[in-house]
Amino acid sequence: MSDFHPNEKGRKRTAGLWNVVFLAATLVGVLSLVTLVTSLIDSCFGYVVLQDAYAYSEVSVAPDKALASLTKDELVQTLRTTAEADLTDLTTGRLRLLEMDRPLEVRTEDDLRNLVITEVLKSEIKKSWSLMESLSQAPAITEFQKSRYPDGHLAFRSWLSPEFLTKAQSGGKAESNGLRGAIIGSLWIILIAIVIAFPIGLGSAIYLEEYASDNWLNRLIQTNIYNLAGVPSIIYGMLGLAIFVRLMGPITSGAIFGVQDVNGRTVFSAGLTLGILILPIIIINAQEALKAIPNSLRYSSYGVGATKWQTIWHHVIPASMDRILTGTVFAVSRAIGETAPLVVIGASAFLTLDPSGLFSKFTTLPIQIFTWSQMASPEFRHVAAAAIVVLLVLLLGLNAVAIYFRTGIQKAKDAL
Amino acid sequence: MTPEVKVSENVAALLKKRLRPGEDFIQVLLVACALVSVLTTVGIILALLGDALRFFATPGFSWWDFLTGTYWEPGSGHFGILALITGTLMTSLVAMVVAVPVGMAIGIYLSEYASARVSRVLKPVLEILAGIPSIVYGYFAINFVTPSLQAMMGDLVKPLNALSAGIVMGILILPLIASMAEDALGAVPKSLKQAGFAMGATKLEVALHITLPAATSGIVAAIILGLSRAIGETMIVALAAGSFPRVSFNPLGSVDTMTGYIVRTSGGDIPQTSIEYMGIFAIGLTLFLITLGLNMMSRRIIEHFREVYE
Repeated sequence: MSDFHPNEKGRKRTAGLWNVVFLAATLVGVLSLVTLVTSLIDSCFGYVVLQDAYAYSEVSVAPDKALASLTKDELVQTLRTTAEADLTDLTTGRLRLLEMDRPLEVRTEDDLRNLVITEVLKSEIKKSWSLMESLSQAPAITEFQKSRYPDGHLAFRSWLSPEFLTKAQSGGKAESNGLRGAIIGSLWIILIAIVIAFPIGLGSAIYLEEYASDNWLNRLIQTNIYNLAGVPSIIYGMLGLAIFVRLMGPITSGAIFGVQDVNGRTVFSAGLTLGILILPIIIINAQEALKAIPNSLRYSSYGVGATKWQTIWHHVIPASMDRILTGTVFAVSRAIGETAPLVVIGASAFLTLDPSGLFSKFTTLPIQIFTWSQMASPEFRHVAAAAIVVLLVLLLGLNAVAIYFRTGIQKAKDAL
Repeated sequence: MTPEVKVSENVAALLKKRLRPGEDFIQVLLVACALVSVLTTVGIILALLGDALRFFATPGFSWWDFLTGTYWEPGSGHFGILALITGTLMTSLVAMVVAVPVGMAIGIYLSEYASARVSRVLKPVLEILAGIPSIVYGYFAINFVTPSLQAMMGDLVKPLNALSAGIVMGILILPLIASMAEDALGAVPKSLKQAGFAMGATKLEVALHITLPAATSGIVAAIILGLSRAIGETMIVALAAGSFPRVSFNPLGSVDTMTGYIVRTSGGDIPQTSIEYMGIFAIGLTLFLITLGLNMMSRRIIEHFREVYE
């Protein structure tokens, strides 16, 4: 080739230069991941200014002691007396509701102290900072709090907390939101999607790999599956909206089963939609798994007189199970992060009741992240970041399960 | 010797194909499973077509306006889908400008340069990047990339803009292009490269003048598939690209994309009979046809233009 000239020094220099270019490109990939993770962590922790709507000295039964050093009895008394005297927003009715949830006497001291803060003092977050700001500008932040909110106090808050995971959703303030409904919704929908997509997907793959002859119909099915795998997920949402939500509305809303007062925008529709969405992924992965099984295994089974289905059920499927499960976990982790189709079929942005069955309204982790990311109030970006961390940890956990399947079943095979 | 004759008669009877209703039943069941995916496609086409046709039949709709108008707001009689298509193309092109060079470079690095140890670290990083849901990238776009762009370029950058969405989308499709490029380059036979080395070529010369041209079809297919993915990508543009349904070529300003419009419109509780509801199906149909065309093109290229050696 004409470009190969004998100028060795120049050629080496070009090679070295490009080496740097390739390395830099690779670094871009690594850096994007690092930046993404750091910016998430940065938003998950940080200082907040809290200001109480009611002064502590006016409501406490022991105003000279700090809130942190009140005993359990004093805390209970504080709650009771403020409710009875109607000093704050905590009414006797509200207190009765709280007691119905769990009587004050059996609650822990921390729990009671939280109640005093959220129900009596009505402590509110006025301003929040990211972790980076909190670390680098601590004096300025203190200064800001002293000048702007002299009655408030500064606290270091972890937006990601066990309480955040277990609390139900509530509108209004960012800090009073929890993920319980979203996590339950995600689990429900994934469960339905797997129950639908796994058997159908495995069945299709077995048909295509073990039975199908090379004719136009089977080629059409195969091409169709490849094309479906490339259809944008939002199109599946539109399919779900038109077919599952509107056309099959009476079934997916549970109306024909006597469930009332809901439309087709239910857990059931969402599960069906995601099931259809991951079907091609499961089929293609299962096909790859079946292709990897050597024919000698099948022939030896036929050789001892097994039928086709006996061969498949007792030999081919068990031998390829590790790969099939790995592929399924991959499909499930795709489904867990799906947002667009669920928005289209009509997820509820705000849901006070946890999804409790097929015909409940639903929300999921990604839907909550989407909703919170759109909120104007800056506190919501911390909540969204915390929800993203939960979602990513869940996905990492799933990948760990996939690796476990792979190695665990491999070991069992080796032991045979 | 009568018993022996009897045995051979029995063998003949045994060798006759026995009816196995159970086996047949299972096969029918498996065919039914395989047909579900065909039904899905039929369902998608019918679902999109049904409401799209109703949209095209609404009074006041004109094909001329649909294909050449520059403003999309069916509620007030503006049907210019170009407004959404240009928005989609703009974010997608920015994404390709980021993803193609970087993805190709990573692909070349992984397949031609990287030692086994480096790839052991790099590949999981790419896999993680590919496995992150797009909603997370959307958050990243509005909370990190847009503020960074604003810090660099000032007020020119709108809070919601095509550039930020496009850059982040580029990061999203980067792993796809990198891994497909790596596969394509890896499929080039070693003998070709060794011939290059034997002639005294450097690693770079072999990579750029021998491996890369030999893998062209795979790389083109990767780029087309990446473009299709970018066009269909939803959550990043829904969060970061804005809602400005007019033809605009300013990457620093708001645009509106096909997917973003569908998500925003269907998220609200619009009545089934409204023109906006039917409109999203017309957009969906357009989107479906564009991505389907690109995906089929990509597969065709891989199947028909693959260089066959030896």
